[in-house]
Amino acid sequence: MATNTEVREIANRKYQYGFVTDLETDVVPRGLNEGVIRLISSKKNEPQWMLDWRLKAYRHWSKLAKSEAEPKWANVHYPPIDYQDIIYYSAPKPKTPGPKSLDEVDPEVLAMFNKLGISLAEQGRLSGIAVDAIVDSVSVGTTFKKKLAEVGVIFCSFSEAVQDHPDLVKKYLGSVVPYTDNYFATLNSAVFTDGSFCFVPKGVRCPMELSTYFRINAADTGQFERTLIVAEEGAYVSYLEGCTAPMRDKNQLHAAVVELVALDGAQIKYSTVQNWYPGDAEGRGGIYNFVTKRGKCAGANSKISWTQVETGSAITWKYPSVILQGDNSVGEFYSVALTNNRQQADTGTKMIHIGKNTRSTILSKGISAGRGQNTYRGLVKILKSATGARNHTQCDSLLLSDQCGAHTFPYIEVKNPTAQIEHEASTSKISEDQLFYCRQRGIREEDAVSMIVNGFCREVFKELPMEFAVEAQKLLSVSLEGSVG
Amino acid sequence: MLQIRNLHVKVGGKEILRGLSLEVRAGEVHAIMGPNGSGKSTLAQVLAGHENYDVTGEVLYQGKDLLALSPEERAVAGVFLAFQYPVEIPGVGNLYFLRTALNALRKQRGLEELDAMDFLAVAKERMKLVEMDQSFMSRSVNEGFSGGEKKRNEIFQMAVLEPTLAILDETDSGLDIDALRVVARGVNALRSQDRAMLVITHYQRLLDYIVPDRVHVIANGRIVRSGDKDLALELEKHGYAGFEQGGVAGATP
Repeated sequence: MATNTEVREIANRKYQYGFVTDLETDVVPRGLNEGVIRLISSKKNEPQWMLDWRLKAYRHWSKLAKSEAEPKWANVHYPPIDYQDIIYYSAPKPKTPGPKSLDEVDPEVLAMFNKLGISLAEQGRLSGIAVDAIVDSVSVGTTFKKKLAEVGVIFCSFSEAVQDHPDLVKKYLGSVVPYTDNYFATLNSAVFTDGSFCFVPKGVRCPMELSTYFRINAADTGQFERTLIVAEEGAYVSYLEGCTAPMRDKNQLHAAVVELVALDGAQIKYSTVQNWYPGDAEGRGGIYNFVTKRGKCAGANSKISWTQVETGSAITWKYPSVILQGDNSVGEFYSVALTNNRQQADTGTKMIHIGKNTRSTILSKGISAGRGQNTYRGLVKILKSATGARNHTQCDSLLLSDQCGAHTFPYIEVKNPTAQIEHEASTSKISEDQLFYCRQRGIREEDAVSMIVNGFCREVFKELPMEFAVEAQKLLSVSLEGSVG
Repeated sequence: MLQIRNLHVKVGGKEILRGLSLEVRAGEVHAIMGPNGSGKSTLAQVLAGHENYDVTGEVLYQGKDLLALSPEERAVAGVFLAFQYPVEIPGVGNLYFLRTALNALRKQRGLEELDAMDFLAVAKERMKLVEMDQSFMSRSVNEGFSGGEKKRNEIFQMAVLEPTLAILDETDSGLDIDALRVVARGVNALRSQDRAMLVITHYQRLLDYIVPDRVHVIANGRIVRSGDKDLALELEKHGYAGFEQGGVAGATP
């Protein structure tokens, strides 16, 4: 656990990932049309089927765009996005044509990741974690590929997967989030530039944590990545995701898609610590984080667990969900979402129960400070086929100022009378008495707030892998800076 | 160690303490007794630095102006309040909380912070004082504790933080006789030459176990009588009725 001193040191820091690295980049012209999509596809030397899929998505998106189908139901507010003013592809230019190993990665890029605390050297600090590092639109390197390949685990960038494992990609791409799913997912399907691909074969327990680190570096670009994780029968994988971006006055769009597939008896644990640049105290700049994440428990007795700590982004629009198709499958969603200053978050989950005796757990902790607006939006849907389904939902909100807001929109649809659904909710403030008690014991007010908030989130943090749990606690303290008083 | 001179305290425009004066020397234990609403707990809160009060008068602690310090500065200076109603802090481990507090104090005093192992050794030893079970330690601060457990936890915190001036605000209320004995034993073990204690209580029975050097009776916001431990026995017999005469009516908190 972080000591009080560490917390204090961190609390005095501002957004520390806001730097820009001067990388020579390869960009496509601003704006979106079929030509741009063909250009992206040809830069990546993609097979025809991949281009066709993109174009189908693009045509569908054009229709949606004309009918103004950008989702408006979320409790977030922002000026219209000019999709023609975004650069859809930006890649750090390799110094050597196509670096084949980590040794050939541009030293500037390595230095940037070192500054972010992510070592791409395999003997580095995170030696138990394999990392796929993504800058702007492309993956710049993946560690431990060889070691993973020895046990049959495929872990590589999405682009490589398209080249090297086309059958797997074709089989599973869009199988959980079809390209028609929603406005942002459709946009992503048309223009996605890279992402991570992970395949854990039957009976294999992935020997290390896998992770992707997303970094937006270039200005005026959007980041559109796709992650696809498949765990075959009886396989297990734990996957972590982290992200940061430079401080800029202009908003940047991040519209990602994550698909998870768990076959019979497989388990996927997916953890996110999201720390995109949140904008400044007046709400200038920051990332629009409009992300579609969904897992399918396709097989019986499978399990998918989402844990997210959302502290960054100007706006977060994100509902990591689980389709519980296999009998006895389990879906979990553990979430901490913090909004400070002018940040807005509309986040939650969907648990779709189809199989018999399927179970889901939702634990959401929302923290609002400053003028932050925090919304939990969740759907628990029990289909007719889901005999014996159970759900437990708990939504807790903590308010730290008198100008912030917490909102809860739980939707419950039950079509099978044997279902058991529980929903608990609470809203609280840090009390004067709690603060006085801590201060009387010698703990400064700011540290006391951070301690109380961390306590509020403890049930979620304990679901995170160790390294991430410490990181998440520190992050909360930083994000709360200036919210006291 | 502590000199209070002509202390006036108002809350919401209402005067609760009306010119209270008191002196406590190092090594002494003073009992403050008085009826409901006489201002006992207000005195404790004001000494600890609660900001809800409008305070005038003078309080010198080790010769320095106590009223000028924030609550955390007072803690660093060695002032400890055992709360009448200890608060719950969900999700924050009891031991983690106490280690954070101890290290905050140590750091401010220019001492090295204790790591988890060293701290645990200290905590385990002090836990015995109040006969606390180790299972307490991993639970959240006061969450789900019974009234007696909360009070014992306060004394345990006091034993670890080793204050110079300890104020016990009705630590005996809500305790059964066994718990009372445990708490009193803990307090007695902490009596020392360089530590002063203010024990605020309603009832004489606590003073059977914690024998005070001085007893003061507060009524209507002032100390109306002081004496040795026999004064407490007298109060037990005759009640507070005699002391309230002549005071201003309606002085409730």
